[in-house]
Parts: sequence; C-alpha cells; structure tokens
Amino acid sequence: MIRHIDQGLSQLNQKLLTMAGLVEQAVECATDAWRFRNMAKIADVYSIERRVNQCHLDVDAACVQLLALQAPMAKDLRFIVSCIKINNDLERMVDLAVNIANNTEFYLQAPTAIHIEDLSQMSDEVRIMVREVLDAFVKTDERLARRVLSRDDRVDAYKRKIVEDCLGQMKNKPDRIEQGMNLIFIAKNLERIGDHATNIAEDVIFSASGQDIRHAVPTPPKENDSAE
Amino acid sequence: MEASTQQDPILRIRSLNAWFGESHAVKDVSLDISPNAVTAIIGPSGCGKSTFIRCLNRLHEEVPSAGAAGEVLLSGMNIYGEGVDPVGIRRKIGMVFQKPNPFPALSIFDNVVSGLRLGGVRRRSILVEVAERSLRQAALWDEVKDKLHAPGTGLSGGQQQRLCIARALAVDPPVLLMDEPTSALDPIATAKIEELVLELKKQVTIVIVTHNMQQAARISDRTAFFLMGELVEYGETSTVFTVPKEERTERYITGKFG
Repeated sequence: MIRHIDQGLSQLNQKLLTMAGLVEQAVECATDAWRFRNMAKIADVYSIERRVNQCHLDVDAACVQLLALQAPMAKDLRFIVSCIKINNDLERMVDLAVNIANNTEFYLQAPTAIHIEDLSQMSDEVRIMVREVLDAFVKTDERLARRVLSRDDRVDAYKRKIVEDCLGQMKNKPDRIEQGMNLIFIAKNLERIGDHATNIAEDVIFSASGQDIRHAVPTPPKENDSAE
Repeated sequence: MEASTQQDPILRIRSLNAWFGESHAVKDVSLDISPNAVTAIIGPSGCGKSTFIRCLNRLHEEVPSAGAAGEVLLSGMNIYGEGVDPVGIRRKIGMVFQKPNPFPALSIFDNVVSGLRLGGVRRRSILVEVAERSLRQAALWDEVKDKLHAPGTGLSGGQQQRLCIARALAVDPPVLLMDEPTSALDPIATAKIEELVLELKKQVTIVIVTHNMQQAARISDRTAFFLMGELVEYGETSTVFTVPKEERTERYITGKFG
C-alpha cells in the first residue's frame, strides 16, 4: 500500500541527501585546499556553503510540513525527527568547513610553514567518517553508523597529538606561532566535524531502531590513546 | 497475550473471550488497567475493541447470542462471579457511547440524577448536590446552570456528550468506559472532551476506545492495540507511538493497513 506520507518522506530524504552530498564536498574541498595549497578550493567551500544554507531551510520546511499535515507515528516520526537533527548537524559541518577554509587562507599566506604529518591522516579519517555516516543514513545501516562512532576516538586522539606537536614547534619560535595556531584551529574544526558525524550516526541508529544511545556510558579509552 | 502495568491495577482482565454466536470477537485477552490513568484501546474496525470494553461492565451479554468467558476483576472482585448483579457492576463501571444518548423525555437535571433515582435516592438536597457536582466534573455546569430543567436533547452534540459523562459520574463509578466518545463531535467539542478526560482521570480510571490515533496519543497513559480479536501490544503510550515493539502495531499506526 502506497501512503500519501510516503511521497513526502521520499522528497525529504532526497533533499537531505542532496544537502549531505554538498557537505561532503565542502569538507573535501576544505581539506584539499590546505593539503594541496589550492586557493581555488577555498572559493568552492564558500560557494557550497551558500547552497547548503538554502538546503537547511528547505529541509526544515519539509519536516514542519510533514509533522503538521501527516501526524506521523513510529518509524515515520523517528525518521522526521532524525532529519531535523541531522539537518542541523550538516549545516554546522559546512560552517566548520568554512572555518577550515578561513584558517587555510591565513596558513597559505604566511611566509614560514610548519609541517604536521598527522593532520593529513586526521583529515582522511574525518572524511571517511563523513562518507560512512552519509552511507549509513542512505542505507539506514545501523552497523555502519556504529562503526562511525568508533572512529571518533581516533579523531580525538589525532587532535590531541596535533595540538602537542604544534605547541612543541611553536615553543621559542615566535615566527611559527601564527602558523601553529592556524593548524590547531584546523584540527579543532576537523574534530568538531567528526563530532557532528557522530551525532548523525546516533540519529541514524535512533531512526532505524528507536534506540537512543546518546550520553551512553563511554567505553574506556584504549591503551595507545592514553599514551598519546 | 498477557500484559501488566507497574501500579496495582484496578481492573485485572484474565483470559477474556467473547463471542457473537459462532464468531470469536475477543480472543484470550489478559490485561491490567492502572488506576487513575487513561488507557486507550486502538485497532481497525472489527478488531474487537468495542466488544472488549463492553465485556468490562457486562454490557456485551445484553446482545442476543453474545457470550463471554474469562475473568474481569474489579479491585479483586470477579464481575463474572456467581451471583454478581450486572446492573450493580454497571454503576461501578460506567459507560459513555459514541453517540450522545441523553434520555429524550428528561430535563438536564433529571438526566444527571437518573442513576441515583433508579438506585432509590429520593432526597432532593442530595439530588441537587450530586447534579451540580457531576455537571461541574463534566465541565458543563457553567453552560447549563440556568437551564437545568430544559430538555437534555436541546443541548449541542458536545454538550449532550458531556451531559452523558455527568450522568455516568453521578453514581460515582471508580471506572468509566468510553466507546469512541468524540467520533460524532466537531474539533472544538472533541478538544473539550479530551481536556475533560485528562481532568477526570485524577478521580476516575478511564478506558477509552478510539479510532483517532492522535487522540489516543494526546490523552492516554497506556495504549492497547487489538487486531482480529487479539491483543497485539500493550504499553506506555509514548513507547507504542514512537517505538512499537510489534511489527503489526508499527504497520497499523503508520497507516500501512487498517
């Protein structure tokens, strides 16, 4: 039986997927701009952000319409509530990509450069998180969503390591402070993107199973994490 | 299926079965009803939900060829026990029907106190006091206090339904059954009845059959889903409507069948 609400849910899903694709692209452009010293990618991030902002409004409007007109229940209700939350996370993610683009702009203009190896690996990890969580959303794949959650610890560990390395390189070398601070900001913004991907993973799990795993007791940190 | 509540139940239903001739309308239902709570019974047409609540005050047996078996314990007493007077049971477990049914020849006042008079109460002061209290409980007093001796049938549909609720409340029942009490009413009258239900549950246990799932979601504490005479799922309303345990409940409340 095809229900009237199905058409609305499918349109909402499509809108959110379009938005998610743009956010993934923005994160890629922002990290590539830094990694390949490519100023053109920075402009791409700004232009994608404007499109994502419009999507943000469209998705919210679609959710409000469905709630008001269709009085959804059970799985339908959970899906729409999750979409509202994912919509906010995606909008924040693109803002963070813009922050990374800003930091990169300053970083690329500075005369001296410091190199932090882990930042490339961290951005790879965050990009995988973003890609996997969006896959999990598309396929309503609870297992994949849980895998995203487990990646967040690694991202946090990278950030801690990068901050330490930057501080080490900045010590007694004032000409490196601006560069170091920009890299710390980039790492911080990447970490926040990872956090939003984690939120989305939790929403995917809630939408799929009704299980609310937010604020669950965290698993103890792994030994190699605590050593860093 | 057997389902229970956390509080000591006011009604315990055990292995309840009901028939219309050969047709098995309610199949082995066991259920506990919490006191001072609203329990909603939902399910598609013909699933046995009205028959189920009509078994709770022995109204079902008034239908020719109808039969029931099992136990319904009201505060521990089996209403189907030997020698139990069904009329006495219906005083304790009142009922409000889909269509408002005030007695056509009686005034508003006489409608409200009809149960008391049948029970032998004659003293005017008691009747006046109970009429006012019941009409206030039914949130109708302010609208009718100046025309208590006008015919009950002269009121609007929503007012007539509240009059029927006042009539049921006048005999002070611990349990009130409501069989789709708002299905014949407009949205404003429906909202008034819903507000009233939420207010009344402080004093009375309410079991309500409704086709309107939003209504069940708005006003009930627990929801039971019936399908083809069986109790499929029974639980906290907030859980049943967001994370139902049974696939059949999920399919019904999301409109995939029914």
